This record gives sequence, C-alpha cells and structure tokens, in this order.
Amino acid sequence: MSVPTTDTVERKGLSPRQRAQRSRWIQYAILVVMVLVAAFTANWGQIADVFFKPEFIKSAFENGMLDALVKTLEYTAGAFVIGLVGGTILALMRLSSVGPYRWLSTAYIEFFRGLPAIVVFIAFSLLPLAFEGMTIPWDPYGVVWLALGIVAAAYMAEVIRAGIQAVPKGQVEAARSLGMPAGLATRKIVLPQAFRIVLPPLTNDLILLVKDSSLVFIIGTAADAYELTGFGRDLANTEANLTPLVTAGFCYLIITLPLGILVRRLEAKAARTR
Amino acid sequence: MALVEIKNLNKSFGSNHVLRGIDFTVEQGEVVCVIGPSGSGKSTLLRCVNLLEQPQEGQVFVRGEEITDRDCHLDAARQQIGMVFQQFNLFPHLSVLQNCTVAQITVLKRKQAHAEQIARANLERVGLSEKVTAYPAQLSGGQMQRVAIARALSMDPALMLFDEPTSALDPELVGDVLTVMRKLALDGMTMLVVTHEMAFAREVADRVVFMDGGVIVEQGPPADVIGNPQHQRTRTFLRRVLDPTHVEPTS
Repeated sequence: MSVPTTDTVERKGLSPRQRAQRSRWIQYAILVVMVLVAAFTANWGQIADVFFKPEFIKSAFENGMLDALVKTLEYTAGAFVIGLVGGTILALMRLSSVGPYRWLSTAYIEFFRGLPAIVVFIAFSLLPLAFEGMTIPWDPYGVVWLALGIVAAAYMAEVIRAGIQAVPKGQVEAARSLGMPAGLATRKIVLPQAFRIVLPPLTNDLILLVKDSSLVFIIGTAADAYELTGFGRDLANTEANLTPLVTAGFCYLIITLPLGILVRRLEAKAARTR
Repeated sequence: MALVEIKNLNKSFGSNHVLRGIDFTVEQGEVVCVIGPSGSGKSTLLRCVNLLEQPQEGQVFVRGEEITDRDCHLDAARQQIGMVFQQFNLFPHLSVLQNCTVAQITVLKRKQAHAEQIARANLERVGLSEKVTAYPAQLSGGQMQRVAIARALSMDPALMLFDEPTSALDPELVGDVLTVMRKLALDGMTMLVVTHEMAFAREVADRVVFMDGGVIVEQGPPADVIGNPQHQRTRTFLRRVLDPTHVEPTS
C-alpha cells in the first residue's frame, strides 16, 4: 500500500484563474479600441446637430411634448385597466370547469398573443369599412384603449392564470370549509394572493404597454391626440431633424426606467418573503 | 339523532380504493379520535364529512341533512362544520383578526363590529388576544394553528374536524395546540380528530377509531382500543407508534 506523499505536484501552464484573467484583459482591450475608433471617426458636430440640437429640444417642449407625454400615460393607463380586468376574466375562464369558457378564452389568448400588435391596430383603423357608421365612444380614447387593451388582456391573462395556480390548494379548501361559495372564495382569498404573486410580471407588462402605445398613430388619430412617438415623428418630419424624436425617446425612459426599478424592488421583496 | 352519520362510504382516487364501505357515527358532544397508519384513509374520511372530497358511493348526514345529496345547500352545511388543517391554511394576506372575521362578514353577514367581537373572544380562548393585528407570517406554527382553530370557532360550528392538527408542528409547540383542543373538548364541543397523539387520544377522546386499509378495524373507549386492542393490526400499529425504536423480530 502506497502512502500519500506530501511532495507538491508539478503542473504546467496558467491556472484557470490566470487564464480567465488574461482573457478578460483581452476583452477590455478590444472594447477600448472600439470606443476610440468610434470617437475619432465619427463626425460629432453633425451627430449633435441632428440628434441633440438644444433649440429643437426647447421647441419640442414649447410645441406640446408634455401634452404628448400625458397622452401616452392616459392611453397606457386606460389600456392597462382594460387588460387587467379582461385578463382576469380570461384567466378565470381558462381555469373554469365549464368547457366552453375554457375553449373561448384559450382561443382568444392564443389568437391575440400570436398576432403582432400592429396588425390589430391596422385592423382597428379599418374597422369603419366593416361596420359602417360604427363609432367607438370617447374618441380618441375609446379606440386606443380598446385596441391596446384587447392585446394586453391576452398577455395578462396568462400571467394572472399562473398566479392563480400558484396559490396553494389549501387556501381554497380553507375558504370553502368556512362556508364560502366558490366565487366568494376566489374574490376574497385567491385573487388577492394571486395578484400579489404576479405583481412583478404585471409591472413588466405595463412597461411593454407603455411602448406599445406608440403604435397608436397607425389608427390615424388627429394631431391633437398624438402621443409621444406620433408627436416626435411629426415634428421631426417638419423640422427635418431627429431631435424631437430623440426627446420623445427620453420621455419614454422617464416612464419606463422607474417602472423597471419598481419591478426589481418587487421581485426582491417577493424573494425575501418566500 | 347522531350529529354525523356516515353510511357505506366508498372513495377511490383512480385505482386506489381509499375508503371501503365505512359506516360511522358521531354523537352530539362526543370527542372521537381517528388513528391508523398513513394511507389508511383516515384523512379522506374526515374530508368526506364536509365534502372536501366527493365520495363515489355512500351517504353523509350532518344533523340529519344529507350533504352527499347533489341538491344539498353545501355552503350552508359547511358553515356548521369547522375544519382545522395540518398545514393551518391561514390566509396570509389577512391579519389574524381578519382571518377570523372574513367568513363571518361575507358568509354569515355579520356586522364588522360584531364579527370582530366574536373573533376577539375566540382568539382569547386560544390564548392569542395580543396577536390580533399580526399577520400569519409573523407567528410560530403553534400560534398559526391556534388562530386556525379560532377562525373555525368564529363561525359557531356544531362540529369541529381536526386533520392531524399537530403533525406539522415542532415538538415543543404541540402542547399549546393540544391544550386548546382539550379545553374545547371540556367545553362540550363535538370533535372528530385525526391524530397521531396517542396520549391526547387516550386522555381526551370518548371513543377511539382505528382505521387500516380503508376500513374501520375496531373502535371503542380509548382504554380498550389503545389500552387493550383486540386486533393484531391495531396491536402492531400501536407498538410502532408508542415505541418507534422497537425492532420487529421478523424485520
């Protein structure tokens, strides 16, 4: 029987740590070169003129960028409410023991989830062709909320369904054993817990909705109903300069970045309580 | 008239025949403990009493009303049957007080103040009056189970079902829950308890039911069933439960 010796083992070459370090230095070097090339080759004066011209930023706000920002928020908020209510109904239908409810909601969800939102918007813009004389109330809000909400409901239904299914079965049993009818148990016990579970992914859907509201221009809203993208695009065209559109882009970030931070906070909180 | 009467109850999960023709009654004011090995069907029997499990065959009567009748007002019948679960199943999004009032307000249509008064009285009964504003996550297992008992009692049930109420608890917390249950029994509550706590069954139960393989093997006063079992299966089970380190000569 051999006795293990205390002699050190000879190994050749770099250790895994040294190799990882070397490859990282190479990556940094490539990055620095790319930045330097970009910095020296680009025509910064022209880029600043086309994208970030201060006077156009000023004129964008003077001409109603803030109104467009408010419109974006209004369109998003209304669509979110429709999506939330519709999504909840669809999720409950999908989990129903009644066959036709399940089939209907599955068909709806698969249809609108598989369709590009832009197709739905184009269809909405052509709606008057199919239904002559039909008007959707609260113009322009009604059409926008409906078009955005119809698509959002399909996405949210799947999220909410997952949340409902994540509520332990014992919760329903406890509620039913106290004499609560099924509907009451769902409303008072299951849904409040389900929404708590899906708050982070629902906030994510809200962010997507903020951006999807930019598709509204396809419906062909009047100029005074422009949201950020429509407004920025219009102004960029008339002034032959991209600055208004870039400004509109930053306005989106003003909305979406805090929401993103909120999602991360909510996720961290959910992880803690679990 | 018996408070609970069960006739020829049969229940299967797929090909697994869990209850095989159970006949069983619980009298008003009686404390019945159901014991038996795991998989013997004792929890399923308990869950059939308030129809959380739907039996394939047989009848269940509670206060003379057949709850297995398809046209029975099941929710109304369940109001008089309190149930305590192994995993507590408290509502985590509601405070301790709201856990005890939500069904009173929504189902019994009690005014909020009245419901809270009843809830506080029951929380005091289980020794948790200082926890009314806490949330379930802030409680220990023993405290959660006592809240669950208070929640069930707040509906003024005629019967209380306990499904292994201490099995999920740390050993040092079991006593608190059993003390509350003992007090409840002394107050005259009708109780049907599935349990592995033999000392509790021996002391508190009026009758002990031993189940194995989906049938009731024997039942009677605890001194007989636990103290002097007649069936070999009962003896084997009790020996294993009362002395877990005991090694069977054959094994």
